[in-house]
Amino acid sequence: MEIFGRPLPALASQVMLGLVNGSFYAMLSLGLAVIFGTLNIVNFAHGAFYMVGAFGAFFALSSLGINYWVALILVPLVVGFIGVLVERGLLRWLHGLDPLYGLLLTFGLSLILEGLLRDVYGSSGRSYPRPPELNGVWNLGFMVLPISRAWVIGVSLVVCFATWFVIERTKLGAYLRAATENPALTQAFGVNVPLLVTLTFGFGVALAGLGGVLAAAAVQITPLMGSNIIIVVFAVVVIGGMGSILGAIVTGLGLGIVEGLTRVYYPEASATVVFVIMAIVLLVRPAGLFGRA
Amino acid sequence: MRKGLMASAALAALIAGPAYAQQFSGDAVKIGVLTDLSGVYADFGGQGAVEAAKMAVEDFGGKVAGKPIEVISADHQNKPDVAASKAREWYDTQGVDLITESLNSSVALAVSKVATEKKRVQMVTGAATSRLSNEDCGPYTVHYVYDTYALAQGTGAATVKAGGDSWFFLTADYAFGHSLEKDTGDVVRNAGGKVLGAVRHPLSATDFSSFLLQAQSSGAKVVGLANAGQDTVNSIKAAYDFGLTPKQQLAGLLTLVTDVHSLGIQQAQGLYTTEAWYWDQTDETRAFSKRYFERVKKMPNSNQAGVYSAVTSYLKAVQAANTDEQDAVMKQLKSMTINDMFTKNGKIRQDGLHVHDMYLFQVKAPADSKYAWDYYKQIAQVPGNQAFQPLEQSRCPLVKKS
Amino acid sequence: MTSQASPPIASAPGRSGLGAPAIFLAVLALGIVAPFLGLYPILLMKLLCFALFACAFNLLIGFVGLLSFGHAMFFGSAAYATGHAMKVWGLSPELGVIFGVLVAAALGVLVGLLAIRRQGIYFAMITMALAQMFYFFALQAPFTGGEDGLQGVQRGSLFGVLSLASDMTLYYVILAVVALSWLLIARIVHSPFGQILKAIRENEARTISLGYDADRFKLVAFILSAALAGLAGSLKVLVLGFATLTDVHWATSGSVILMSLIGGIGTLTGPVVGAFIITGLENVLADRVGSWVTVILGAIFVASVLLFRKGLVGTLREHVFRGRARTA
Repeated sequence: MEIFGRPLPALASQVMLGLVNGSFYAMLSLGLAVIFGTLNIVNFAHGAFYMVGAFGAFFALSSLGINYWVALILVPLVVGFIGVLVERGLLRWLHGLDPLYGLLLTFGLSLILEGLLRDVYGSSGRSYPRPPELNGVWNLGFMVLPISRAWVIGVSLVVCFATWFVIERTKLGAYLRAATENPALTQAFGVNVPLLVTLTFGFGVALAGLGGVLAAAAVQITPLMGSNIIIVVFAVVVIGGMGSILGAIVTGLGLGIVEGLTRVYYPEASATVVFVIMAIVLLVRPAGLFGRA
Repeated sequence: MRKGLMASAALAALIAGPAYAQQFSGDAVKIGVLTDLSGVYADFGGQGAVEAAKMAVEDFGGKVAGKPIEVISADHQNKPDVAASKAREWYDTQGVDLITESLNSSVALAVSKVATEKKRVQMVTGAATSRLSNEDCGPYTVHYVYDTYALAQGTGAATVKAGGDSWFFLTADYAFGHSLEKDTGDVVRNAGGKVLGAVRHPLSATDFSSFLLQAQSSGAKVVGLANAGQDTVNSIKAAYDFGLTPKQQLAGLLTLVTDVHSLGIQQAQGLYTTEAWYWDQTDETRAFSKRYFERVKKMPNSNQAGVYSAVTSYLKAVQAANTDEQDAVMKQLKSMTINDMFTKNGKIRQDGLHVHDMYLFQVKAPADSKYAWDYYKQIAQVPGNQAFQPLEQSRCPLVKKS
Repeated sequence: MTSQASPPIASAPGRSGLGAPAIFLAVLALGIVAPFLGLYPILLMKLLCFALFACAFNLLIGFVGLLSFGHAMFFGSAAYATGHAMKVWGLSPELGVIFGVLVAAALGVLVGLLAIRRQGIYFAMITMALAQMFYFFALQAPFTGGEDGLQGVQRGSLFGVLSLASDMTLYYVILAVVALSWLLIARIVHSPFGQILKAIRENEARTISLGYDADRFKLVAFILSAALAGLAGSLKVLVLGFATLTDVHWATSGSVILMSLIGGIGTLTGPVVGAFIITGLENVLADRVGSWVTVILGAIFVASVLLFRKGLVGTLREHVFRGRARTA
């Protein structure tokens, strides 16, 4: 069966791969939006934390013998903890300054992380030995779905929507949203705002780390994977608008799918389609699709 | 253009007249190994190539015609601008007489331009593009180990003969991949086969899945991997991931023994590969490889062995010409026969191409591999004049057509 | 939108411009004698090109308050354009450079129109994304040579008469061009146009209420900055003879930001100092420490943002003018 001249299996497979990328975009732009909402800082190092998560899983396996399933819980916690240290130690000092300084500091931080890991692992990186449970494929009839990829999509969707639910529908999320709107007033009500902010940053970074661990089972992990993805995530954020959590998730997934489709019908443009869409959105709706200007 | 005392001395020496044939620029022979120390080709060349060059200098005695030999190295990170700047700096300020290795093809082309401009010698081992002895040849550039023409003639022809008559290429998107895709495509078409299409991937790509999906949907019998190093290893791994084999056959158009080692013989078995040299061929090669292994902890691949041989040949030429002046050395290199552990009957032609025998190997099945690094069985030996492009067909402007 | 509560990124202390002429003459004098001191002319020319690049970038952030994270696209597009014009069309160097500058300016118009719509953080992210798009375009376009780069550009003869093949000749030509460009930037900054830009940086709403079309001023400044960055890129092609993907990579954008930051954002001489330091560091360290260059640059970035926001020249000025009241 053909759709616009392309056989369905090829189309479905590329869309599936696009959905995998989209899952990473969604998770990272979600973390970025959460951090921006509470700290007013655009965390350029978000991609680097994603990369650290991937290498963390590799290190855990190769040097400590920790298998993938344990790493899935452990590594994001460690990465989140590093994030907490960064927030307390470095970002604290930028409170009240122009948010561009935050962007610059986190940019420098991403260079440090990338350079360190490149020195240790080389620029072509490593291949993470996939746990045997994730090997193999499911034959769905109209396409062949590698289990490793299905796993990535599944976990990301669950985590993203769980995060959305916590932020939008629970009391903890309400405190967070209040702290974002009016920190002083929220603090007056007895909520420990600085602690909440620090933990939120840690959580956002942990999400990136989790993305990294997921990625390790699917692709080659290299020190450059962070910077490659963060620029696309920036475009995703501009398209979606920093206003809503749900917007970030939906935009991330949607753009991943668009990328996949582009790869089928017009492969040369697949690297740039997200940026082209960003340009169009800027012309038509500068605040972003879900943003509040 | 040349600055510094060393250059001034060389200039004065040149003007001095007939006595210049005895002069050595900077009173030493300096050899620069320009390679990828940490990236996608680090196993291909990298630190191993540097060690090979050092071994060649040590085996030569550390001195040539009474002058000391020095080996320096640099990491070009696979960026032609970094390489070209480094080459220029080396030639200008460090008195480097020979630059060797210079993998990858983009780097080799860029450095070749600098070498021609600065009139210094460059012996390319790790780059494959046949352009180095055709459109982009230079009077001081030697292309030593293999080129895309020879690779296509070897692996390409053998695969077509074995029944692979429809091809789809997965090509590294730079000079090397383009050359290899073109040369192999020519071979396939000449043998009566068809090229169904190609997809280009960036150098050092992290995720080959979408490219391999395109290869899969083409329906070609053979997926030609016009890439090398870590890219080839990752392509093959991803191919297994997506169930490409055994329905479609993989052809690793530039695969070295170190790639097979990274991949593991389980996934690499059955692959054809065309190489100039293999560590387990003769007693001489085994002796060299054992010494190399003690230093690097890996067996040498044909590129690293090529560096050893290229440096040795250069030093022999300097010895015979009794100078490191580039024209005299080039004349010597192009007239001598290369006879060492690398090859027995190598000749460097007018276009700078080192013509020598090539070998077609196939990776053994795991059951047939008896000891560590026992990966290849030899299928055929292709004499140099058949493996490489005939001189009459060369598009190099230096070749005078009779 | 940027909150007006926090001070904008580049409020320069004291009276801007004081001391700049002295520094300029000192550096120029040093520049004239430098090759005779045995320094490698190619390295010196690289320093000059990046100094110009940093000054062009600083025009935008220091005096308009816009952080462009994609300035490499102007640097690189001009480099490719000049390289192509000289190698393929056979233009002489001055025409090639002019063509490169025009291409960078045109790109500046396109990018500016899109990016000016947002401010602050969004402006930075948009410029970064558009630069990345340009990177992919450069990667795939046939005339750029992709990963191989545009190689083998001959220097030719200036105006058809002055051969640039000699490193020394080219050095003095580039020194002259960079010096004149710096003077041009100084002139722009101190002109009425420059004053309005500073007003926009300090308080855009008030400037608009005074009747100035802020967006148009910002766009003109953006185009000027792009064109000058392009000039730096075109000159670089003359020096090194090639244009590659490194020129349009985000790391190049990042390093020019660092140069301005440690030199002093919003000062005229800061970026020059910063460029000399960073380019010099990269050259000296690259051999010795490999990947650690990136780590060191990142550490300098972090340290500068935390402790050293005014940069070298900015901090020096503050100390020299300590005691003078700083108007808000």
